[in-house]
Amino acid sequence: MKHTLNRTLTVAVAGNPNSGKTTIFNNLTGSRQKVGNYPGVTVEYKEGTLKQGDLVLRMIDLPGTYSLTAYSDEELVARDFLLVKQPDVVIDVVDAGNLERNLFLATELLEMDLPLILVLNMTDMADQRGVTIDYRGLAERLGVPVVPAVGNRGVGMSELVETISLVTAHIATQQGPAKVCRQAGPGPSFFASPESSRDQCLVNFGAPIEGYLARMEQLLPPAPGNRWRALKLLQGDAQVLEKLDSASSRQAAIGLAEAAASDCGQDELETQLAGFRYQFIEKLCAQITRTSSQGGSILSDRIDRVAMHPFWGVPIFLLLMFLVFTLTFSLGNPLMNQIDLAFGWLGGFVNGLWNNGGDSPLRSLLVDGIIRGVGGVVVFLPNILLLFLAIAVLEGTGYIARAAFVMDRFMSKVGLHGKSFIPLLIGFGCTVPAIMATRTLETRRDRLITMMVLPLISCGARLPIYALLIPAFFPARLQGPVLWVIYVTGIVLALLGARLLRATVFRGETTPFVMELPPYHLPTLGSLLTQMWIRARLYVQKAGTVILGAAIIMWFLTYYPKPPVDNLAAAGTNPPTVSEAVIGGNHLDVHEQQAEELSYSIAGRAGLLLEPVLRPLGFDWRIGTALIGALAAKEVFVAQMGIVFAVGEVDETSEHLRTRLQEQYSPLVGFCIMLFALISTPCLATFAITRQESGRIAWALAQAWGLTLLAWVLTFIVYQGGLLLGLGGF
Amino acid sequence: MPLTMAQEGQRVVVNMIGGGHQLRSRLAALGLLPGTELEIVQNSGHGPFVVKVRSSRLIIGRGMASRIEVT
Repeated sequence: MKHTLNRTLTVAVAGNPNSGKTTIFNNLTGSRQKVGNYPGVTVEYKEGTLKQGDLVLRMIDLPGTYSLTAYSDEELVARDFLLVKQPDVVIDVVDAGNLERNLFLATELLEMDLPLILVLNMTDMADQRGVTIDYRGLAERLGVPVVPAVGNRGVGMSELVETISLVTAHIATQQGPAKVCRQAGPGPSFFASPESSRDQCLVNFGAPIEGYLARMEQLLPPAPGNRWRALKLLQGDAQVLEKLDSASSRQAAIGLAEAAASDCGQDELETQLAGFRYQFIEKLCAQITRTSSQGGSILSDRIDRVAMHPFWGVPIFLLLMFLVFTLTFSLGNPLMNQIDLAFGWLGGFVNGLWNNGGDSPLRSLLVDGIIRGVGGVVVFLPNILLLFLAIAVLEGTGYIARAAFVMDRFMSKVGLHGKSFIPLLIGFGCTVPAIMATRTLETRRDRLITMMVLPLISCGARLPIYALLIPAFFPARLQGPVLWVIYVTGIVLALLGARLLRATVFRGETTPFVMELPPYHLPTLGSLLTQMWIRARLYVQKAGTVILGAAIIMWFLTYYPKPPVDNLAAAGTNPPTVSEAVIGGNHLDVHEQQAEELSYSIAGRAGLLLEPVLRPLGFDWRIGTALIGALAAKEVFVAQMGIVFAVGEVDETSEHLRTRLQEQYSPLVGFCIMLFALISTPCLATFAITRQESGRIAWALAQAWGLTLLAWVLTFIVYQGGLLLGLGGF
Repeated sequence: MPLTMAQEGQRVVVNMIGGGHQLRSRLAALGLLPGTELEIVQNSGHGPFVVKVRSSRLIIGRGMASRIEVT
């Protein structure tokens, strides 16, 4: 057998959700994979490579689907890839413990006439249930190679690789792809036998339908997969119809579909077809599986009796969430501090390069713009990584489906599904990945509603604002409760907002909620880390570029234009470092100079300009300027307050700034600042991701303006109400 | 009777599925068709259902369950 050097073949991995498809894919490709989006739709796909001798396999992980209709983006993407890109090999990952349901997709893939390999995954689970499967029998009856595997323990992977190379070797050396699987393979034990003829391997839909199918196939130009196309045409599939080459054949196809529909009685054609498929599968399974014992109740069911208990389900879920957040923050914070220190050191080092004094714009751009901006993103990375790891655990074990179940009772009251709760949960970490996580929702309407209210869930970047302000204005005994009130306000507003959107912009029937409840699994550390890393990398790439850009713009807005030189009391002094600012006294003039410069800059002027609008909320121009800074990233608010109050660089632990704040504002104003920062326009990264994921800038604009308006109204009510109640005092 | 009336632990057979085309096709792909046998794993009187269909378990929202006729 001779190949040309480095032949590249495309291998698509298909399968049901929860079939362990991604684990198999990860096993084959390792971490050499990239995540992308199919153009036009926001369905993720992963691509990786596998080198086998001089053969390069380009592996594509298709979205998990139960069938290949055109009802969801996932299904459209999967079938489009299979039909248009015509991969050289298709691997269908099948859950061995759930054979009947999983083989449904296989029957459709067989009709597509692509070289197929069935991977029977999680055979250990089937064993546990006392189910024995005759793999050879299955291979013979479907006419395709069958490879048993246990994905999360890596069992069967070398056999799978061997099978792939044998199938591809066939393609290379002899006949066209369509024939390979029907021929006897030379190699491994589970290759199809020569006797299995095509017709025996396919579902027979009975006399009337088969007649229509034959006539439909004649309308199609000869190509592999025409049986599948004919079936779809019979069901009136608009996508397949579009691809017919002439108007007359389109007409004929529509006519045939209509005739078939009226011929087959009231029971819809689609249901009938599915019925035939399941009959075929039931017969097949009866022949190739043997159930030795009823096995009693499996462990998964026993766990669910507790985890999904009508009463205990909710407290258990809340406890788990509490654990996730405590672990995320308690393990993440020490790392955050280290990163913070490292960027502080880097800033100091770059500062040192301008040791001859003088205020260089380049120095300021590097230190105040870029290093601070990038640092502001990277500093959250430990938290993001840990949160994603926790989510990967919840997903990998299968608990996430239970969470959706438990929360559905509450979420259905606001017109959303239990599934929408998952993005909201991620929103406590960062809104950007949370908006990306809305991809798991089935309908566009649910996605948009969830996206619109997500910024109300208080993200990690808003915590520094609370951490600065709460101790400044509230005594120790009230600090915890105030923080709690802020978070709960966000949650309540998000739910009310969803309800409101559901009743106005997104009216209509509730989308039916149906979801598979997969058995619990013990995921491997490797798959968890891969999952975590893939998402975190996406976060860093997307948010990083946007926040970096925004940071530079914000830097410019706060740096230019410069006041004329005679306005400055002291010129030519080195910008203060953190330690100088804290030690302070003799350098205060420098800080005042900075404050002066800021008030002269675009951001400062904008703050002044906004003052009449912000006055009724109890805010002055300084808060306005800081809020403009918060557009780049919420936590920038704290740094901006430091500059306007001329106390130099600060972080949320700065006592100096707190004293100044106490002198200037009442606790009521302090609370109002937090309320406004919570609700008002989300950061630029959120804006960018909303635009991208909703596909239209209008949604992002509606989100930003809607939330800012809401923030103004609510803060106005709280501030003015507070004044009336006499809470405005110091 | 609608599926909502079925008791926990009961085994029933699907007679008819109401609702739209899309819903029926989705349920069919998941293995839930007229003639399919179901076992009600959980029905606490409120919130979604858990049913066992062809050795897989499905969560079905209450609204949807009311459109599934069983005997």
